[in-house]
Amino acid sequence: MEVLGLDWRHHGGALRPRVGVALQETKLNDRLTVEETLRLFRSFYARGPAVEELLAAMQLTDKRGTWVMRLSGGQRQRLAVACGLAGDPDILFLDEPTTGLDPQSRRAVWEIILAYRGRGRTVVLTTHYMDEAERLCDRVAVIDHGKVIALGTPRELIGSLGAEQLVHLATEPLLPLEAFDGVASIRTKRKEGPSLAFAVDEPHVAVPALLARVAQRSAKLTELSTRSATLEDVFVSLTGRSLRDG
Amino acid sequence: MAEDQSVAASVGRPLDVPRLRGGSLWQLTLARLRIFAREPSAVFWTFGFPLLLTIALGIAFQREGPPRVAIAVTAAPGRLAVLDSHFDVRHLTRGEADEALRKGQVALEVVATGSGGVSYRFDPSRPDSAAARLQADDALQRAAGRTDPVAATDDRVDAPGSRYIDWLVPGLLGMQLMSGSLWGVAYAIVETRQRKLLKRLVATPMRRRDYLASFVLSRLIFVVVETPIILWFAKLTFHVAIRAPMLEILAVSCLGAASFAGLALLCASRAQNTETANGLVNLATLPMVILCGVFFSASRFPQVLQLPIRLLPLAALNDALRALVNDGAGLHALWGPLAVLCGWGLVSFTLALRLFRWT
Repeated sequence: MEVLGLDWRHHGGALRPRVGVALQETKLNDRLTVEETLRLFRSFYARGPAVEELLAAMQLTDKRGTWVMRLSGGQRQRLAVACGLAGDPDILFLDEPTTGLDPQSRRAVWEIILAYRGRGRTVVLTTHYMDEAERLCDRVAVIDHGKVIALGTPRELIGSLGAEQLVHLATEPLLPLEAFDGVASIRTKRKEGPSLAFAVDEPHVAVPALLARVAQRSAKLTELSTRSATLEDVFVSLTGRSLRDG
Repeated sequence: MAEDQSVAASVGRPLDVPRLRGGSLWQLTLARLRIFAREPSAVFWTFGFPLLLTIALGIAFQREGPPRVAIAVTAAPGRLAVLDSHFDVRHLTRGEADEALRKGQVALEVVATGSGGVSYRFDPSRPDSAAARLQADDALQRAAGRTDPVAATDDRVDAPGSRYIDWLVPGLLGMQLMSGSLWGVAYAIVETRQRKLLKRLVATPMRRRDYLASFVLSRLIFVVVETPIILWFAKLTFHVAIRAPMLEILAVSCLGAASFAGLALLCASRAQNTETANGLVNLATLPMVILCGVFFSASRFPQVLQLPIRLLPLAALNDALRALVNDGAGLHALWGPLAVLCGWGLVSFTLALRLFRWT
């Protein structure tokens, strides 16, 4: 693996000071305080921000004397990121930094990442949350079974769907997909649980046509929604299944 | 948003704060000491348990003079009173005395006979009965004026410095140094590995030798506190004599603890979870507790085992500690056991470093 033009196997000594990580699986020592943990990590690096700066940046100053075991999930995650930043790295690896966090904590972690990114540093982020990738990332790689199956900016990836609008509808009884063959402006169609999903170019053309087909089959419309395509739709369309672990 | 800007500003400012020389070794050691001090059970096993064990064994084996044997006396009041100072005497009727003897409540029945003589009734197959018979007769004959042609004096072994408790305390200290190092170091390392914290630490530029050294260093700091506490406690409560300078005892304790820390690193070098580590530590410590003369002398084992036992680190440490504490030997007389400890330490450290799994 090459990072910053150096091979991790041969140049680990030169790379470690320049790389920060926060792994989701890491459990810091329960019985050290926030400040003690940061001081410990800070001592491993020849240069980097002062512990006070890290505490302030991660909004942990008022928790400095609290044992790690008594922190909330969000505070713990911010501490993990702070440990990753202790050496003022050129590149920061974050492994699912917001998994399991409440919306407030999630936004706090986002702010930290955006601030770091804003300094021209690189963040490599893995996440299952497509909205997170869309909001934070300049480039997104979609990985399925260990293989990169798409790479680009969020806009490029969404554009690759060919349609930027999605229409969901459900009927009683549920009509088969074939019932909508040949409807104008539809790019792709798929069954999603109890409803049908259509990727469309022009909703104002597609929606009346879809409704006409429903009426033609004497089915009752129970749900109809349209929205813009997101990265999540890219993932679903690329992998052929809904978002899942792995 | 003002808050966003402050975050951006403080994260965004590159700062160069020079690191103190050796800072990370000190921070790692400090972290070890803090984690230990904040773990109540660790504190108990290190400081409380050895003191409780010393108290329990000290009470069990400490005696105020020789034990007094119960006997039954069937005689007119005042007669045979001389026996009172040698035995726990019960004045009973003949029938009661026979019953007490049969039930084993008394070891001997002394019956005054009409002619001023006595009759001893006892079961000769019971050793304490036979001994009581001889002692009672001896006391009665001397009180009646018998003189012994051979002058004899008793030299009882209950003076401080030569009792079981005196022999026991250095062994307990040795055992404590062993278990403290093995449990403290091996368990902590494997737990760090299990929590994936080890993996996180080696992703930083932390020097790996600093990490391992911090375990040994924090152990030695504890030994310097732990050893005098155990010894002074034994001195205060049981008047155990400490015949060597504390500094020399500390030096040997530290060498022992460091040697066992090497063994602990070896136990922890590959274990992926604490259960495996527990098994390995038990495998290493329990046989040594039995073989290496903690509670009873290793000389009770057959001759062929004597040399192998002497080459075990706990036997070497106990030999050295007993020579210092009990006999006041100088360090120069202990080169044998000290060489054994150094050997174990060097071999296990070398092997552990070679086998150690960081990720």
